[in-house]
Order: sequence, then structure tokens, then C-alpha cells
Amino acid sequence: MVDKIVVADLSIDYGGVHALRHVNLAIKDKEILGVIGPANSGKTSFLRALNRLNDLDLSCRMTGSIKLNGKDINRDMDAEEVRKKVTMVFALPIPLPMSIFDNVAYGPRRHGLNDKKKLKEIVEKSLRAAFLWDEVKDRLDSSGMKLSGGQQQRLCIARTLAVEPEVILYDEPCSGLDPISTAKVEEAMRELKIRYTQILVTNNVKQAARVGDRVAFFLMGELVEIDETRKLFTTPRDKRTNDYLTGRFG
Amino acid sequence: MKFKPQTKQKIAFILLGIAASIVIIPVILILAILIQRGLPAISWQFLTEMPRMGMRAGGIFPAIVGTLCLVFCAISVALPLGVLTAVYLVEYAKRNWWTRMIEIAIVNLAGVPSVVYGLFGLGLFVIFFQFGSSILAGALTLAIMELPVIITSSKEALMSVPRSFREASLALGVSRWQTIRHVVLPNALPGILTGAILGISRTAGETAPILFTVAAFYLPRLPKSIFDQCMALPYHLYVLSTQVPNVKPALQYGTALVLVGMVFLLNLVAIIVRARIRSKKQW
Repeated sequence: MVDKIVVADLSIDYGGVHALRHVNLAIKDKEILGVIGPANSGKTSFLRALNRLNDLDLSCRMTGSIKLNGKDINRDMDAEEVRKKVTMVFALPIPLPMSIFDNVAYGPRRHGLNDKKKLKEIVEKSLRAAFLWDEVKDRLDSSGMKLSGGQQQRLCIARTLAVEPEVILYDEPCSGLDPISTAKVEEAMRELKIRYTQILVTNNVKQAARVGDRVAFFLMGELVEIDETRKLFTTPRDKRTNDYLTGRFG
Repeated sequence: MKFKPQTKQKIAFILLGIAASIVIIPVILILAILIQRGLPAISWQFLTEMPRMGMRAGGIFPAIVGTLCLVFCAISVALPLGVLTAVYLVEYAKRNWWTRMIEIAIVNLAGVPSVVYGLFGLGLFVIFFQFGSSILAGALTLAIMELPVIITSSKEALMSVPRSFREASLALGVSRWQTIRHVVLPNALPGILTGAILGISRTAGETAPILFTVAAFYLPRLPKSIFDQCMALPYHLYVLSTQVPNVKPALQYGTALVLVGMVFLLNLVAIIVRARIRSKKQW
């Protein structure tokens, strides 16, 4: 398979505090990469580097390179372009304070689409892809904030899909959700594999095992190991991976 | 003396309650006195007629119109300027000596006595820019006075919009300006309007800043453009109370009542607007 994203010698620090050290990895096209590791292992910093959200933090320093489709995202692209192609779903669902329809239409509208018919199509398509359409189709005008937590998170996924990205980043997307909502979000991810490259940062090791094609294990800012999910979970090469997976620390 | 903790608590609560109640006494007294003495003077003629006989009779219409003009012109300068400043400081500016200078300037602007604003307006707008004593000069002076209030409350309103909203929008590849325009500003609007309310209340009642820049002692006609002088309620009240002999007290109190009533009305309108926006707010 083709490499979608290639990360080379990526180091990040926030005001002198190291968050990530010399990370090298490649993410394949249309795979789901699970990223696991304890708190402060650098997995969120890694994720935020991929769509340049780290730019917002003025104390953040980065070295190394990240290439998307062979283009350096920090040198050859501007931040908006990167974020449109590599979008992010956050830990807590963040519906914007507007209606369900407007939430999903928000991205396309800002990117210049005003045709009502097309917007409707995109909204429906995105909500269907996020497995939310049937639950909300009769109340698209009601506030996105009135949905349940799981629905809100799927709304955020739909909003992300509406800008037609190539890569979707999830930052612990199910940390605030109950098991059934979690299952629905995971189902959506598996379905989305056909079209998107997805990277899932999670504190839930089992979730990474359930949905990840491959899993990367981060520890204290280092990429310890990355491998096919089954291999990593059954025969990890590094002792630290084994310790983490068996719950000896973390 | 030794009391039980519960008793101490009771005493403390009573003291706190008394302190809080004392605060409303002046408000009630002011309103009561104004209404009792001023209400008899209020009539349709009083509100809509020109003053006559050296302001000892007739109405206060030009002063009402003048104050409305000043308030409106001042806020239409100060609100955009203040909001833009706040957006710059909160959303764009990096923390450096320049933004710190701006912030210190704003704090100091808020502490300048109003009579100094008046002299400043006289020097800059009336004389240097040669606007003469005019609504334009007066309104600009008032606008500068309103600025710190509007900037400070707008800044707070902007900062109260959760960071996560901005990130959610930016993560979709939406530009910073569009994020501000479509997510941050709409959600900060109630707070910004609060600032406008405070600004309006403050300027409507100010005498010193308009004293040298616009206010006419006695001008029984309406201003035709922003380059005209006009009468204004606070200054008219001052004139009636100290400069003109043998004015019926009812006229003075009536004028004061109209001024207070107008400020109250302006605030009420803004409060209603704000409440309506806020009721649509969902977080």
C-alpha cells in the first residue's frame, strides 16, 4: 500500500519540555492506525502535529518533517490547506452552538459552498456516513448541543466528513462515551475505512485492538513500537510494550 | 464573648445582608425624590417644546435631541473601534511589549477624569482639527471615553467563548478570520452588547467632556448637522441649577428625571436585545 503520511525524525517540545523525540513512522493509505500509550507519552502532540494544530500554541517548537502525499505540510502547504485534508475529532464532542444542519454544513459553507441543494446533499451524505442520519433526520433544525454525548461525537465526525478530508484524526474520541455509543463510533470508523485514512489516539488499549489495522505504542515521547495489531498484541518485540499491554504500568 | 459557630454565622449573614441592602437605599432615594419633585413638571409640552424666557419656561426638546445625537454618534464610533481592538488583542496579538502598551493605555484611559477628556477634546477636535464646538467634536470625545469600557467588556466576552469552539472550527481547515467571524463573534455578542450598554449609560450622563466640545448654553433650535452645536441634558441641568436665577425647581427636577429616564430606557432596550440573543445561546 502507498504511504499517505510519512513522519521523519519528528521532535516536539513545549517551552523546553520535550513531548516527542525523533519519531519516524509511515501511515498507509486508508488504514486505521491506533496510537496507544500512557498519559504524557506524546500521542496527542503527535496527532496535533499532523494537522498543524500545534501552530496555535506559541510555545511549541517542532523539528523534523511530516509529509502528506509527498508534500511537506509545514513548508509546502498552508495551515488551512493541511487542516482541510487532515481533520480532527476531539476528545470531548464539540458541537458548535448551532443547529445540526448548520454544524455539518459549517465546513463546506466556510470553504465557499452556498448552493442549498448541494449543502443538503452533503449534510445527508455525511450524517449517513457517521451513522447519525436516521436518528436526527427529523430534527435537523434543532441544536447540535441537545444531542446525547454519543450522537454529538458522531455529529462531529459528520462535520469532519463534510469537508471531504483525506485523513481523519481522532483524539480519544470515546473517552466520554458509554459502551453502546462507543460501539457506534467504532462502527462508523470501520465503515469509513473504504475512503479515509484514520488515526485513532486512545487510552483504551482494547479499542485500539478492535479497530486498528496497525497500532503504534508511544512512551515518554518515543515511538517504542509500531506493528500490525495482532502481532503487536500477541508478540510485542519490546519489553515495554508488553509491560504496558499486560497492565504492569500505565 | 463566645458564640456558637452557628450563631456567628447568623450574625455574619445578617451583617452581609444589611450591607447589601444599604446599597439600594441611595438608588431608591434618588428615584423617589426625582419622581416626587420632577414628575409634576413632565408633560407633553415639556418634552417636545423649545425652552422659552431664558429657559425659565417651555420645554427641553433640543436637549433631549442633542443628548440622543451625541450618544448615538459616540457609540457608533466607539463600538466598532472597541470591538476591533478587542478582537485584535484577544485573537491575534502576540504577547509582547506593544500589546502590553496597548493594554496599559486602555487601563489608563479608564482612569482619566472626565474633565480632562473635555479639555483633550477641546484641544484636539475643536481646535486642532477645527471641527469647532460641534456634535462631531463632542461625540468623538465621548467615544474615546467609552472605549476602555467597551474594549474591556468585549475582551472578556471574547475570552469567554471556549477555546474548543475555535479549535473545532480551525480543525476543519477554516481560517482564523472566518472562525472569529462565524463562531467567536456571534457567541461573544451578548457580552459585547453589555459593554455597549455600560458605555452608553456612562456617556449619556457626562457633563464635563461635552462642556467645551459641543454643549450650547441656550440654543432653542435643533442641530441640522454633526457640525452644529447642540444642547444636552446633563449640561442643561447644570445650567438650570447654577447659572440661571429664578428657575422653578420643578423644571430642574423634571430635567433630571428625563435624563435618568432616558439612560434607563437606553439600557432597557440594550438589555432586551441582549436577553433575546442570550436566549438563543446554547452553551
